[in-house]
Amino acid sequence: MIQISANCVGCGKCVSTCPFGALSLVNRKAVASNACTMCGACVSGCPVKALSLPATGAAKKDLSAYKGVWVFIEISDDGKTQKVRPVGFELLSKGRELADQLGEELCAVIIGNNIQPYFTELSQYGTDKIYAVEGPAYARYNTAAYANAMVTLIKKYNPSVVLYPSTYIGRDLSPRISSELFVGLTADCTGLSIKEGNLIQTRPAFGGNIMADIKCPDYRPQMSTVRPNVFKKVVTTPNRMAQIVNEMISVPAEASRVRIINTHMDPPAAGMKLDEAEVVIAGGRGMKNQEGFNLLETLAGELGGTVGASRAAIDLGLKPKEQQIGQSGVTVSAKLYVACAISGAVQHVVGMEHSDVIIGINKDANAPIFNVCKYGLVGDAHQILPRIIEQVKNAKK
Amino acid sequence: MNIIVCIKQVPDSTQVKVDPKTGTLIRAGVPSILNPYDHFALEKALEIKAKTGAKVTVLSMGPAQATAVLRLALALGADEGVLLSDRAFAGSDTWATSYALATAVKKIGQYDLILCGQMAIDGDTAQTGPGIAFHLGIPQITFCESIDANGSQVVVKKLIEGGHQILEADLPVLVTMTMPHDYVAKYPSFMAAHKAQDKATYTWTAADIGADPHKLGLEGSPTRVDRIFPPPARQKGEMFSGSAVELADKFVEILKKESVIK
Repeated sequence: MIQISANCVGCGKCVSTCPFGALSLVNRKAVASNACTMCGACVSGCPVKALSLPATGAAKKDLSAYKGVWVFIEISDDGKTQKVRPVGFELLSKGRELADQLGEELCAVIIGNNIQPYFTELSQYGTDKIYAVEGPAYARYNTAAYANAMVTLIKKYNPSVVLYPSTYIGRDLSPRISSELFVGLTADCTGLSIKEGNLIQTRPAFGGNIMADIKCPDYRPQMSTVRPNVFKKVVTTPNRMAQIVNEMISVPAEASRVRIINTHMDPPAAGMKLDEAEVVIAGGRGMKNQEGFNLLETLAGELGGTVGASRAAIDLGLKPKEQQIGQSGVTVSAKLYVACAISGAVQHVVGMEHSDVIIGINKDANAPIFNVCKYGLVGDAHQILPRIIEQVKNAKK
Repeated sequence: MNIIVCIKQVPDSTQVKVDPKTGTLIRAGVPSILNPYDHFALEKALEIKAKTGAKVTVLSMGPAQATAVLRLALALGADEGVLLSDRAFAGSDTWATSYALATAVKKIGQYDLILCGQMAIDGDTAQTGPGIAFHLGIPQITFCESIDANGSQVVVKKLIEGGHQILEADLPVLVTMTMPHDYVAKYPSFMAAHKAQDKATYTWTAADIGADPHKLGLEGSPTRVDRIFPPPARQKGEMFSGSAVELADKFVEILKKESVIK
């Protein structure tokens, strides 16, 4: 349970901040119930510092020995051609900022076969060093082989930060590594910064409309995953060649316990991919059913766009998970983004707020979505959309 | 063959609302459900049981009321349920959670296949499955849509960026499952639930599983919340209200103004 000292003045500020409703005021003092998960969300908000987590006996490591911001570079693999996934460049660009603030070097880690052709491009994002683990055994992603290589490198060079793309591979690999190293791992970060030497990992958390800063003050390296398109790639050193450090690491025998039989790529989708679309028509829980989404599909068709959905609509099974826009889905930056019957929880907003023109349609004039809209229409999307479609069709004639 | 399915009780995300003032979830009165990914994983385990006669044990960690998801799993056809419940687990992040669950798996002892949902819908991290696999020293295959198992191997269909792979693995292995978007969870009949009442559930504490107290709860959790804060406030744009026809015409006017259409 969270510890509440005698300093508590009973101001009640913590009561409303607790994401689990575990705090209440009894006789003008804060009291925690059994619902307390010891998440620590209330601690920093207490004006008299009366709240604290129980002290842990975690052995303090010498953290000064850990230096360097690393980015795991993922190679896309459709079984035929290979290239570096752009999210790697995005993470290097953010990694450069973090490395500058820490006064440490930025390193790319790339594991694969025939990877030299990528070194020039990887060097352009302010990259100081490239750790390269190469060999035919690394041609295809394998959890045991890649995790062993990463753990070996991390133990040898002690970086302070390691960033991973939040892709199928990054999300498979990173928790395996954090488990072995006994370090923290924060999923799907939407912001990264440095405070007092610690990596501050910002993400929506606790399911509500709240952002949280997560840190790992007593453990190194600090590890995060980040979805594609969250950070912008910025070439800062177009003519630099990073120092290449080749590492020979043999593949452990257990890697052969999991074998790829074959790889199937989906045929190119009929519409545009969500993260590349210039026009996105998105629907939320309020679109209610398939007929509601059919209206969105029709409008998207007329405007040359594609349809996305909020987490709430995905949970109702109205769209496949790949069409989810938000923190744990796709991040879009469209020229036109239309949010239909989406309330605008922060999980959704972080995935679309960088769009140029955002139009919201919602029955509730107080819906948070209107805080990010250039234009807000207060009304029922089910009633408004049919006429919009008709008018757009007329305008095109 | 012995299968262990790791399951979690979560608030029903389709029914929670957010307090507009504090931004926190209004949890009061919201029903708890079996995490849908875990529900799917359990159904896959039961399909393997139907084919091979495997024994299916369900394992969960949570407060005493999480027994409800064990009972649901037993009614659906699982053979035995284990709940880890102890204040010593409070404050666990994914590191400490996966350590505790793996330690419980070792106490259960016999296992060939461990199935998990890819993630819990109240956390979305997808880290606990791989963590359990590491602590057990067995391979993992994550984000699988389908699974077939015989006595010595599994064959799975695993999602990758832009497609999927078919993989095979030797047992023992841990597989995390993701369900198709139109998946509808099965629920047991009243009779099945009634008949399952005699099936055994066990509640274990940290001491029961012989866990290292330094790897549990807060002490076993490297991550800390530094602070929580409301999403940054922004300038509200132009707001319009009126009849559906007026709003539709306004929308088209905006599209023209922004040069989306002519």
